Amino acid sequence: MLSDTLKAKFDQVIARYPLKRSAIVPLLMFGQDEIGYVSDELIEEIARAVDVRPIEVIEDIGYYSMLHRQPIGKYNLQVCTNISCLLRGGEGILEHCSKKLGIGHKQTTPDGKFSLEEVECLGACCGAPAMQVNYDFYENLTPEKIDALLERLRKNSSA
Amino acid sequence: MGDYENYLKGSPLEVKVITRRIGIPNSASIDVFLQNDGYKALAKALAMKPDEVINEVKNSGLRGRGGAGFNTGMKWSFVPKQSAKPKYVVCNADESEPGTCKDRPLIEFDPHQLIEGVAIAGYSIQSNQGYIYVRGEYRYLLDILDRALQEAYARGYLGKNILGTGFNFDIATHTGAGAYECGEETALLNSLEGLRGYPRVKPPFPAVVGLYGGPTVVNNVETLSNVPSILLNGADWYSKLGSAKNGGTRLFCLSGHINRPGVYELPMGFPLRRIIEEVGGGIPGGKKLKCVIPGGSSCPVLTPEEIDVPMDFDSLSKIGSMLGSGGVVIMDEDTCMVKAALRISRFYAHESCGWCIPCREGTSWLKTLLTRFHAGGGVAEDPDTALDVAFNILGKTLCPLGDAAALPVISILKKFRHEFEDHLKLGACPYERSAVTAS
Amino acid sequence: MPEPTTAAPPTTVTITIDGKSMTVPPGTLLIEAAKQSGIDIPSFCYYPGLTLQGACRMCVVLIEKMPKLQTACTTVVANGMVVHTANDEVKNARKAMLEFLLTNHPLDCPVCDKGGECELQDAVFRYGAAETRFLEIKHHEEEKKFSNLVYYDRPRCILCYRCIRVCDEGMDVNAYGIGFRGAHSEIIPNHGDKLECEECGMCIDICPVGALTSGTYRYKTRPWELTYTGTICNHCGDGCKTTLSIRNNEIIRANNRDHSGFNGEFLCAKGRFGWDFVNSEQRVTSPRIRRDGKQEDSTWEEALGTTVARLNNIITRHGADSVAVIGSNRTTNEENYLLSRFTRTVLGTNNLDHHRTADFSSLVGALTNSHATDRYATMQGVATASSILLIGNNPTHQHPLLAYQIRQAVRQHRARLYVINGDEIKLRRQATLYVQVKPGGEADAVRALICNLGPAADLLAAGSTPISAVAEKLKTESNTIIIFGDEIRGEMVGELVRWGLTLPGRTRFIALGDYANSRGAADMGLLPGNLPGYSSITDREARAYFETVWGEKLPVKPGRDLRGIVSGIHAGDIKTLLVFGSNPIKTLKLDGNALSKLDFLLVADLFPTETGALADVFLPATSFAEKAGTVTNTCGQVQAVKRTMRKPGTRSDLEIIMALARQFGRKWPYNSPDDVLREMIAKVRGYSIALPTLLLGGAVATVPEGIPPALERVDLISTSGDSLFTSGTVSRYSKALNSVEEAKRPHDHIF
Repeated sequence: MLSDTLKAKFDQVIARYPLKRSAIVPLLMFGQDEIGYVSDELIEEIARAVDVRPIEVIEDIGYYSMLHRQPIGKYNLQVCTNISCLLRGGEGILEHCSKKLGIGHKQTTPDGKFSLEEVECLGACCGAPAMQVNYDFYENLTPEKIDALLERLRKNSSA
Repeated sequence: MGDYENYLKGSPLEVKVITRRIGIPNSASIDVFLQNDGYKALAKALAMKPDEVINEVKNSGLRGRGGAGFNTGMKWSFVPKQSAKPKYVVCNADESEPGTCKDRPLIEFDPHQLIEGVAIAGYSIQSNQGYIYVRGEYRYLLDILDRALQEAYARGYLGKNILGTGFNFDIATHTGAGAYECGEETALLNSLEGLRGYPRVKPPFPAVVGLYGGPTVVNNVETLSNVPSILLNGADWYSKLGSAKNGGTRLFCLSGHINRPGVYELPMGFPLRRIIEEVGGGIPGGKKLKCVIPGGSSCPVLTPEEIDVPMDFDSLSKIGSMLGSGGVVIMDEDTCMVKAALRISRFYAHESCGWCIPCREGTSWLKTLLTRFHAGGGVAEDPDTALDVAFNILGKTLCPLGDAAALPVISILKKFRHEFEDHLKLGACPYERSAVTAS
Repeated sequence: MPEPTTAAPPTTVTITIDGKSMTVPPGTLLIEAAKQSGIDIPSFCYYPGLTLQGACRMCVVLIEKMPKLQTACTTVVANGMVVHTANDEVKNARKAMLEFLLTNHPLDCPVCDKGGECELQDAVFRYGAAETRFLEIKHHEEEKKFSNLVYYDRPRCILCYRCIRVCDEGMDVNAYGIGFRGAHSEIIPNHGDKLECEECGMCIDICPVGALTSGTYRYKTRPWELTYTGTICNHCGDGCKTTLSIRNNEIIRANNRDHSGFNGEFLCAKGRFGWDFVNSEQRVTSPRIRRDGKQEDSTWEEALGTTVARLNNIITRHGADSVAVIGSNRTTNEENYLLSRFTRTVLGTNNLDHHRTADFSSLVGALTNSHATDRYATMQGVATASSILLIGNNPTHQHPLLAYQIRQAVRQHRARLYVINGDEIKLRRQATLYVQVKPGGEADAVRALICNLGPAADLLAAGSTPISAVAEKLKTESNTIIIFGDEIRGEMVGELVRWGLTLPGRTRFIALGDYANSRGAADMGLLPGNLPGYSSITDREARAYFETVWGEKLPVKPGRDLRGIVSGIHAGDIKTLLVFGSNPIKTLKLDGNALSKLDFLLVADLFPTETGALADVFLPATSFAEKAGTVTNTCGQVQAVKRTMRKPGTRSDLEIIMALARQFGRKWPYNSPDDVLREMIAKVRGYSIALPTLLLGGAVATVPEGIPPALERVDLISTSGDSLFTSGTVSRYSKALNSVEEAKRPHDHIF
C-alpha cells in the first residue's frame, strides 16, 4: 500500500495537467523516492491513477535512466565520468568508490547501504569531479573527501 | 547545495545581467527579488500589447541559449494568434549537455527571474499555462522552484487576474527522470505528455502543434531569464551588450583543465582566448592547451590555433563549430583525444533514444569501436571507419542528437588523427598512466 | 489499408522526381507520389495507413533547396519541388542505413523463417551494404515466446514499430510497447513477458524481418518450397481472402499474401491460425455404415447404395415428407443450390432448413418491398463509410474483419459510429454515441429508435446515452450503413429498413450471419419456404420457373423448419434425417435421444461429430481447402473458393449430392461446380454476377430480390455464439485455436 502522503502527492501532481498521463514520470519519481524502487504495485497504482494500461508505465520506466525496478542501496553513489569530470579525475573517483565499497557499476553492498553507479553528466561540470548521493551533489571530489563522506553516511545509516 | 557556491568565483570581466542578483543573501526569496527590480518587467509587459512584447524581445537580438540560437522573439511570433486549443509555454530546464551547468545557479539563486520570464512569455503569446521541465537529477532545484512558485502565487504574480490586468497564468514544475534526449524540444513535449521522450516529426513545429496539440513555445532557462531585463531596459540596451545579431550576455561554464572553473556571465562575442586565459586563469601547471570544446560536448572541438574567435553564434559557426550551450571544456596537452572521443561517444550511445536507425546503431557502433581502439585492439581501418560511421549519422537522424554525436567525433578524428595513429603504432594508449586525470 | 490522404483536393501540385514531372493532389506524401509514378523509395517504418514515424531513415531523398536529405515518408509534396531519389548521396545514405541495420542483425537468414521474403534481405540485395566493416561483437538476446502463436527475436528486430502500430491503430488492442532505450530498445508485450491480445497475428504478417514469427509456421519450411493459392477463409461470414501455403498436400500457413480482396492484409486468429482443422488427424477419410449398432468403415459404393436404398424404402412406406434435410453454413453456393434441388425434386419434400444466424430473408423481403434492392452495403463500403449504426452483435468476436473495417472508417475517414448493444462491446471505444441497453434489449431499442420514444429508460442500462440522441444524430448524417445482428429478426427487420430508408442519403444495410456461407445458404434456399433467390415456394410463378429450369416437379406442401423437423422427429412423423456439414446436436442443442428414434440418419461431415456418431451412414466430406466453388459473405458478396489440395478418401458435398441424385436415376447436367455456378448465374435472381471478376479473385456483390415467406418464429434465428477463437464445431479440431491462452480465461478487458 502506498502511504497517504504519497497518495495525496499523486493527486496534487495529477491535477497540474489537462492530461492525466502527463503525471506518469513525476509519479514514478516520487513513488520511487518513497518505496526505494519502482515496484509492481507502484506501476499498477500509477496506471490506475492516470488511467493508462500498465505497459505504458513500463515503457516509460525502461526509457528513463533514473528509474529502477529493483531495490538499491540506501545511498546511491552516482559518479560522473563524463568529459569535464573525466578531465579532472572522475574515473579515479569511481574506482576509489568501487574499491572502498567492494562493488561495481549498478551493484549494491550486501548490507544494502550503498549502491554505486557510473552516470552521465550531472550538470556539475565546474565542480568536477562530481557525484550525487541520491539527490545531493558532492563536487570537487578527492579520495579523502570520499572517505570522509562514506564514513559519515555509514554512521547516519546505522543511527 | 554541494559546493556550488564555491565555483561562482566571479571575474572583473563579467557583465552581470541575469546573474546580477546572485551573491545577494537570500536572493531566491521573493522579498529580495522584489527589492531588486523583481516583477517590474512583468508589470511593464502586462501594460503593453502582447505583440509589442514580442517585438521588444525580437529586436533585442536574444537568441535561444539552449544551443540552437534561434531568435527568441521570432519563435514567439510563430505562435498563431487564434487557436482552438490552449497555448503553452514550456521552460526547458532539462540541462544535460556535458560541460554545461549554467541553469543550476540561475534557478538556485534567482528562481523568480525565471518565473517572471515564463510569465512574460505566456502573456506575449496569450497562454494561460506554463510548465518548467526540470531534469530529474536537479531535485533540489525542483523544490526551490516549487517554493518560489508558491510565493509568486501568494503575492499575486501568478494565478488569476495578475496585477489586476485580467491576465491569468499558471506555472507548474515537472520533473524528468534521466534522459538527455528530453532536452530536445519535441522529445521534451512527449515526455511532458507522459510518453517516452522520443522526438516528433517536424513540421509541424511546436509553435503550431506542441504540448497536447496546442501552440507551444519551448525556451531554455537562460533564455527566459533574460526576458525580464530586456523588458526593463529595452531591446536597444540589450542588443548593444553583445555583438552584431547576438544580443546580450551569455553564461559560459568553464570546466576541464582550467585554473578557475566556474560559470561566468560575459558579453556575447567575448573572445575565447581571453575566456581561457583571463577569465579562467589559464591552464593548471602551466601546461599547454590541446583542445577546447566551445559550447558543450556536441560541438566540434577547436585547436589552439582556432581560439581567437569571438564567442557568439555566427562567429563559431563560421569556423565550423557552434556556440551551443556555453559549456567551454578545456583540455591540456596531456589529454588523450582518443579517450575524449570515446567518452563523448559513450555518452551519446547511452543517451540515444533508439528511435531512428542511424543514431541508435551508429552511436553504439562508435562507442564499441572506440572502446576497442583505445584499449589497444585497433586496426588500421578503424579511424576511417569511425569517420565514415560518424558521417553516416550526420544529417540523417530525426533529431539533432545524431549530429551532436557525430560532430565532435568527426572534428577529433580530423584534427587529431595523429593520435589515432599513435595508438595503432603503440598498440595502447600513449597517455594512459600519464596525466589524463588529475587524481 | 487505405492511403492516409483522404478528401479530394481542390487543386493539384506539380513536382519533379528524377527528372520526371508529375501532378499529384496536394497533401500527398512524397513517398506515395513517387510510388504512383513507378519510382520505388525503400522504407521500413513507413507503412500506408499507419502513422508516420520518420524512424528508419531509409526513404531519405535529396530535395533541391533543402539543406540536408529529407525523409520522403514525412515530406508533403509542394509545388515546384525537385526531388532526386537515385543520386550518389541518396544511394550512399541508403547503403549506410542498411549497414547500420546489419551491424547487430544476426545473419541467420539460412534458418530464418523470413528468409526469401524478407524486406531487409531484399533491400540489402538492391541497395548494397553487402560488405560489413563492423568488427564488434553483436548484441545477442535469446528469443522470447510472447504466446503460443507469437515469438519475438530481438536481434533480428529492426525496430520499425509496425507491429506496435498495427496492434494499436489497426486492431485497437495495444498489446505492444517499447522497452529500454537506445541500442537496447526492444518490443515488449503487455502482460509481463507474455502477450494478452486477440492473437490475430497481424504483427507477424507486418514484420518486415523475421523478428516476430508464428508459432504454427516457424522453422517448418522455406517459402519457396510452398505453393500459394488464394481462397476464402471458411470461418466467419466476413469472407476474408486468404492465401493458403501448401507443401506436400498439407497447409503450412495462411496469410493474405498479395493483400488482395477487401480485407487487404487483415486476418483474425481464426483466419491466420485456425485452418489447421483441415490437417487434423481426426478427419474421417472413409465412409462408415452402422452395423449392429456400431459404425464400421465401408466403401463409397456401399455407403451411397445403402443410403439410396434406405431412402427409397422409407419414402415408399411413409411418404416424402417423412424425410428432412439439414444443410450447412459452410458448404459452397453450388452445393447448397444442389441440395435445395435434391431435397425438393429428388426427395420430393420441402423439409429443408439450416442453422440460421441472421434473418437475411426478412432483409431481402423488406428491401424488395421498398424498391430499394440497391441498398446492400459491401464490406469495403464499411471501411469508407461516413456514418455507421451498429445494432447488436459483437463484431470483434463474431465478425473480426467487419470490426476492423469499422475501426478503419473511424480512424481513417473520421466516420461516426453509433452502437446499440446489450453488452459493453469493444467497438464502443470507437463510438460517437454508445447506447447500452439491458441484455437482449436490442429489438426493443430499435422500436424505440423508430418511434422516437423519449428516454425509454426502462430499456437502458444505468448511465447509458438515451436512444433518442442516436435518432437525432442520425438525422444529421447521410449515407449511413446500418448493421444488425441476429437480435433483429422478423418484422423488426422490416421496420428497421423502412425507417432507415427515411434517413438522409443512401442508407445501406448489412445483416450479420455468422458462418462462412450463412448468406449463401439463405440465398440458395436451404429454407423450407424459399427457393433459390428468395422466391417463395408458395408462389406459383416462382415454382413454375424452377420446374422449367430443373425439368422436374416441385412439392407444393409447405416444408418443416428446424423446429418443425425436431418436433416431427419427436412425434415420429420424421423418419429420416439427412445432415450435411452441420452438427445440430451441438449447435442447435438437438436432443441426441430424439435422433435415435429415426429410421435412418445420414451425416456428411469432416469430423466424427456428436451428430455424426449417431449416423447410420457417415460420409467423409472434403473441407473448403479441398474443393472449388463460391461462397457469399454476410454482405452478399460472392467470392471463389479454390481447391488447394486433396484429401484422399473424402468427397465434396457436391460430389455426394450428385452421386445420390444419379443413384436415384437423375441425369443432372452438371459435370463440375462451374456448371452449377453457370446455372446459378443464369437462373438465380440477384446472382447474375460477372464471372471474370470472380475468377480473377474479386468479390462480386449480389442483388437479391424477392418476397420470401415471413419468419414464423423468431427463435429460428440464433447466433452461433462464437468467440474470436471458436468457429462452431470445426474449431474444436484446430490445435492452434485450442492453444490460445486468452480463450481459456476471461478476456473482457481486451475485447
